[in-house]
Amino acid sequence: MSDGHDLESPAYDVVVVGAGGAGLRAAIAAHDAGAKTAIVCKSLLGKAHTVMAEGGIAAAMANVYADDNWQVHFRDTMRGGKMLNNWRMAQLHAQEAPERVLELEEWGALFDRTKDGLISQRDFGGHRFARLAHVGDRTGLEMIRTLQQRAVALGIDVFMECTVTRLLLDGGRVSGAFAYWRESGRFLVFEAPTVVLATGGIGKSYQVTSNSWEYTGDGHALALEAGASLINMEFVQFHPTGMVWPPSVRGILVTESVRGDGGVLRNSDGKRFMFDYIPEYFRSETADTEEEADRWYDDKKANRRPPELLPRDEVARAINTEIKAGRGSPHGGVFLDIASRREAELIKRRLPSMYHQFKELADVDITAEAMEVGPTCHYVMGGVEVDADTGASVVPGLFAAGEVAGGMHGSNRLGGNSLSDLLVFGRRAGLNAAYYCTRLRGQRPRVADDDVKASADAALSPFTDSVAGGENPYAIQKSLQDVMQRLVGIIRTKGELEESLAALEEMKERARKVTVEGHRQYNPGWHLALDLDNMLRVSECIAMAALERQESRGGHTRDDFPGPSEEWGTKNLVLTESGGQILLKHQPLPVMPGDLRQLFEVK
Amino acid sequence: MGQEIALRLWRGDRSGGDLGDYVVEVEEGEVVLDAIHRLQATQCPDLAVRWNCKAGKCGSCSAEINGRPRLLCMTRLADFDPTETITVTPMRAFPVVRDLVTDVSYNYEKAKQVPAFSPTARDADGKRRMMQADVERGQEFRKCIECFLCQDTCHVVRDHDDNKPAFAGPRFFLRYAELDMHPLDTNDRRKLAQDAAGLGMCNITKCCTEVCPEGIHITDNAIIPMKERVVDRKYDPLVWLGSKIRRRGQREEL
Repeated sequence: MSDGHDLESPAYDVVVVGAGGAGLRAAIAAHDAGAKTAIVCKSLLGKAHTVMAEGGIAAAMANVYADDNWQVHFRDTMRGGKMLNNWRMAQLHAQEAPERVLELEEWGALFDRTKDGLISQRDFGGHRFARLAHVGDRTGLEMIRTLQQRAVALGIDVFMECTVTRLLLDGGRVSGAFAYWRESGRFLVFEAPTVVLATGGIGKSYQVTSNSWEYTGDGHALALEAGASLINMEFVQFHPTGMVWPPSVRGILVTESVRGDGGVLRNSDGKRFMFDYIPEYFRSETADTEEEADRWYDDKKANRRPPELLPRDEVARAINTEIKAGRGSPHGGVFLDIASRREAELIKRRLPSMYHQFKELADVDITAEAMEVGPTCHYVMGGVEVDADTGASVVPGLFAAGEVAGGMHGSNRLGGNSLSDLLVFGRRAGLNAAYYCTRLRGQRPRVADDDVKASADAALSPFTDSVAGGENPYAIQKSLQDVMQRLVGIIRTKGELEESLAALEEMKERARKVTVEGHRQYNPGWHLALDLDNMLRVSECIAMAALERQESRGGHTRDDFPGPSEEWGTKNLVLTESGGQILLKHQPLPVMPGDLRQLFEVK
Repeated sequence: MGQEIALRLWRGDRSGGDLGDYVVEVEEGEVVLDAIHRLQATQCPDLAVRWNCKAGKCGSCSAEINGRPRLLCMTRLADFDPTETITVTPMRAFPVVRDLVTDVSYNYEKAKQVPAFSPTARDADGKRRMMQADVERGQEFRKCIECFLCQDTCHVVRDHDDNKPAFAGPRFFLRYAELDMHPLDTNDRRKLAQDAAGLGMCNITKCCTEVCPEGIHITDNAIIPMKERVVDRKYDPLVWLGSKIRRRGQREEL
């Protein structure tokens, strides 16, 4: 192992890439199963995007409504995803989420309580019962801190501010990962027969996003390059409520809990417009008058859910339509009003970080006036195609969990189902990576020196390839965000998608000539140049799949194919990479067994 | 609407550095981090700064603005006089890595020394019960975003590197207090907080509380009660509260 000098090359059984909820839970599980485990993360420990999750963890614990159970949660999840979900993942998720939440409590999490002292559960869009375990509106912080403290207590090794740029293979099996330390720019090679990808999403390819800088689709791109497949990439969730003003905070998330706790959406005429956007699919379970909707908060049995709590894709599209029709707020959003509906004290107690965020960043007191909100790129439903039970990809030794994995959420994710997804499938991927190691019985794949050399050369290319007229990576990132926002956004058309693919080709060309100034030590320009490659590749997958799917469903809306199609409802689009080209094929959905199918036949 | 402001930034690395002057265009409603990002995108692409959420939730972008420890993403440019030069320097209590990025590993080492939470057994139905009033104290402390500004400002370590081995700092006194006040924890960490974590070195000047971006009452609600409990339980109103909670008396001293 050499590129002329000594290279740090730690050996592990399981290397987890990413230290958000899924990565930490996977590492804890792998460690518990006896594997020598490392966590590798781009930021400091405890800063991953999970920290920004606000609303809660969806789990049918029935602490607030005794009628809740995993079947109801399963049904809500599948309907929210417009039945495109991998049914087995949705089932495991609904069944195991309650125990995963209790486990967090075991490790020190302090959830809000019911009057009886149980974990309190709140209402959220698309969930039939109040189901989200929460801590005010900072549930993600509680979750990541709890998992972080658990991982530290177990003594799991953490490689912070360390970025993986390539997966290493031996005869098609994972043999390790190539990475660099952000601080020093020095390379290191993890020798490991398994890698669990838990790298989160792709939001940084869009201009208006709730996602942090880390969300550059690294895991998606690493998996593609290693020979794994991606599914559902056309489905990108635009959260209905992001901040719109001032410009510097555009896109920052405004939790769905505002609506769960009684907030409503109004247009510039003061009208609660969501009543005009109830789709046929959800009509029977949605209130059609303001009176019924308002009664629902106290009596869920006799009343139906307010339309503000329809799944996110429905609400985001409705807001988009209102704004386009000229009924938006002064800064191009709509109004989210909780001030006129709930007492100031309750708002401050239930939504402290929203109160703080608007007060500090926008000079808005949400207990006295309405917020201005609009859609923001929030989550990618698509990801690495995995085995439902184990999180294994088609590449032996490569696992994925959390946002980087695909299938669980179908075409649209319900709020609250992300944190539970991270826990349920993080644990499963970690355990199964450890089991895979055990089954190798010492026959560990080997890292090839040539691959290490090639990985190092590729990582250094932004320095060595610098040519006259080479471009600054920030400029290319800006063009990419503009193209994805304009042409591959909430509402899509054939013409625009084709235009986006042509623009992406052009940007790939520009990226080949990217120039980086300075040296390797903590150089954000260099880091971005490397991330950019992932962003471009993943954006191409999104645009290609979006062009192919000729229907509208969940987080994919085609202006030229406005409705869902029965035929498209039976298949996934699968993307792979070969010789630098993205390939796309159709694949039938896994078929749900009869006993589960029955849940959708009864009302 | 672009307008220009003057920024003075510390540029350098472990071997040394200097303040550099920059002029950068800014827009209405922006924060200091926006100005630094624009500088990065247009003038100095290799300018090192840590950040993640840009919404005051992750605690990554800690630095000192005009000498005061603050989050770059929560400090609005509108709070300064437009003609004023804004000076941004790295946190002083930690070694510089590059530019505004510091080596905060001290904090992660201290985190490893906190004994883990160790709860009582679950109730018969597999769940646990705690009253909202009993979890609220701990919840205040768990709002901590680990920005380490309290550690940075604490005079025990700010200019006294030699105190670091014996002193965990306000962030971890918060953690000890949180565990000590947890209704279901079975350990007694008072001796540990006093001896190994250096609680006694704190002389409650409240600097940590003043810089906390989450508004946690670190001194009043965590450090002082911990100190009181260390000295003598009978002076502590929490003992009374604690005696109302199951198994309080059975905690195991660590």
